[in-house]
Amino acid sequence: MAVGIIGWGADIPRNRIKLETIAAVWGADAPSYKKGLLLFEKSVPSPDQDVITLSVEASRYALLRAGIDPTLIGALYIGSESHPYAVKPSGTTVAEAIGCGHFTHCADFEFACKAGSEAMYVAHSHVKAGEMPYAMGIGADTSQGAPGDALEYSASAGAAAFIFGTDKVVATVDHTVSWMSDTPDFWRREHEHYPQHAGRFTGEPAYFRTTLGAANALMENSGMKPEDFAYCVFHQPNGKFPQRAAKMMGFDIDSPQFKVGWLTPWLGNTYSGASPLGLSAILDVAKPGDKIFMVSYGSGAGSDGFVFTVTDEIENVRNNAPFTRPQLDDDKHYLSYGEYAKYRRKIRKNS
Amino acid sequence: MADTLTARVWREQPQRYRMIGNKDKATGKVYFPPRQAVPGNLNPEMEEFNLSGTGEVVACTVIRVAPTPFTDLAPYGLAVIETPDGVKLTAQITDVPVEDVKIGLKVKFEFRRIFEDNDASVIYYGYKAVPM
Repeated sequence: MAVGIIGWGADIPRNRIKLETIAAVWGADAPSYKKGLLLFEKSVPSPDQDVITLSVEASRYALLRAGIDPTLIGALYIGSESHPYAVKPSGTTVAEAIGCGHFTHCADFEFACKAGSEAMYVAHSHVKAGEMPYAMGIGADTSQGAPGDALEYSASAGAAAFIFGTDKVVATVDHTVSWMSDTPDFWRREHEHYPQHAGRFTGEPAYFRTTLGAANALMENSGMKPEDFAYCVFHQPNGKFPQRAAKMMGFDIDSPQFKVGWLTPWLGNTYSGASPLGLSAILDVAKPGDKIFMVSYGSGAGSDGFVFTVTDEIENVRNNAPFTRPQLDDDKHYLSYGEYAKYRRKIRKNS
Repeated sequence: MADTLTARVWREQPQRYRMIGNKDKATGKVYFPPRQAVPGNLNPEMEEFNLSGTGEVVACTVIRVAPTPFTDLAPYGLAVIETPDGVKLTAQITDVPVEDVKIGLKVKFEFRRIFEDNDASVIYYGYKAVPM
C-alpha cells in the first residue's frame, strides 16, 4: 500500500522588505550581505496574519488538491516557533477553520526550523501505521529576528501544508530518516522576544553536520545517488547554506534540480516553513516518476529526511490550488522599515 | 466584556471561520449569518450552506479613525460585498492600498486575525476580503 502526499498547499504573505531597506537603518553593507548570504528580500506578514492564518490558507489549498472530506483527517500537526499563543494550540483553530470535526488528534510541534518536517514525519507515520486514513502536517512561521541582528535580514513568513493518505497519492514517501544531536546553535528562552544564536557555530558543527548526517544516511538507506533525483530541497536559513550543502552532496546547484526548491533569496527564512515551502514549489512543477530528496534542519539540532516519488495522480490535482512560486514573484507590496517595524510589533507602545 | 465576547465568538465559529450560512429549502434564499426565522416564515426548513468564498464590492468606505482594537490597521477599507450566492455581507478589505478599494472590486475571502483586546487576550479570527 503506497503512503504519501495526497494534497499540498502554500501561503506566502504579499508584503516584502528589501535587504537594502534593513541595511540602511543599521548602517550595514548591503552588497556584502547579499553576496555573503545570498539574500535579496524577504516576506513580511500583515498585522492580521500569523501562524494560524497562514496555516489555514495553506491547508485549504492542500484540501482543494486532496479533494477529501476534512472530517476524515485523523491528525493535524503544526510545526512552528512562532505559535501565536504560549499556551493554547494553534492546531485547534486551524482544524476548526478547515472543518476537521472533533475526532482529530491535534498538536503543535516545536523543534526550531524543523518543526514543520517533524509534523509531516509524524502525520505520515500515522497513516503508514494504518491508524487513520488521512493526516496533515504543516510547517509555518512568522519568524522572529532581533532588530539589527543578522537574523533580521532573513526572518520571514510563510506556510506549507501536506495531507498524507493512501488513496490518489501524488508523491509516495519511499524513505525517511531522522538525525539529531544536542547542539545549542540557536535558541529562545521563555518570555524572550527574539532568538539568540551562536554566530559561526551555527554553520559547520550545527547546520552542515546535521544536514549532511541525515542526507548521507538517506542516500545510503535508499541506495540512490544524486543524479537519481529530479529535485532536492534543504533547509534554507539563507541562500548560501543550502547551496553549499547541496553541492557537498553532489547535486547540481546550477540546474532546476536545486533551483526549483531554493526560495530563500527572495522569500527569506520561513523557519519551520522553509524546506516544506521548497517542497511545495517542487510539487507544483514535478512530473510523474520524478524523485525528490528533502532534508530539513532545526537548531538544537536535528534533520528529517524524505525521499518522494511523484505519481501520475499529480497531473489531476496540480492546478486545483495556487502555485507557490507565483505567490513569491507576483503581487508584491514593498514596505518601508517603519511599516515593517509596525507590522512586526517592534515599536514599543504604552497602550 | 471579554468573557462574553469569547463565548459569542466561539458560538459563531462556523460562520466566522468557515463562512457557513443557511438556505431556505422552500425559497432557495441564502442567509448569512444563518437565520432560524425568515421574513414571512417563523419556522422555515433550513439547510446549512457554505458561501463560495468570493464576491464583489457593492459599497465601501475607508476607515481612517478606527475604533480601539483596529487603530493600528488604519487606514483600511470596509465594504459591503455581494457573493455569488446572493448574500451581502460586511467585511474589512485587507492587503490593498485604500485608494484601490472601489465598487466593483473582485475579492476573495481569507482567514485573518480580526482583533484582540490586548497582548494578553484571546485572539479573534475570522474572514476578511482581499483582492482577487
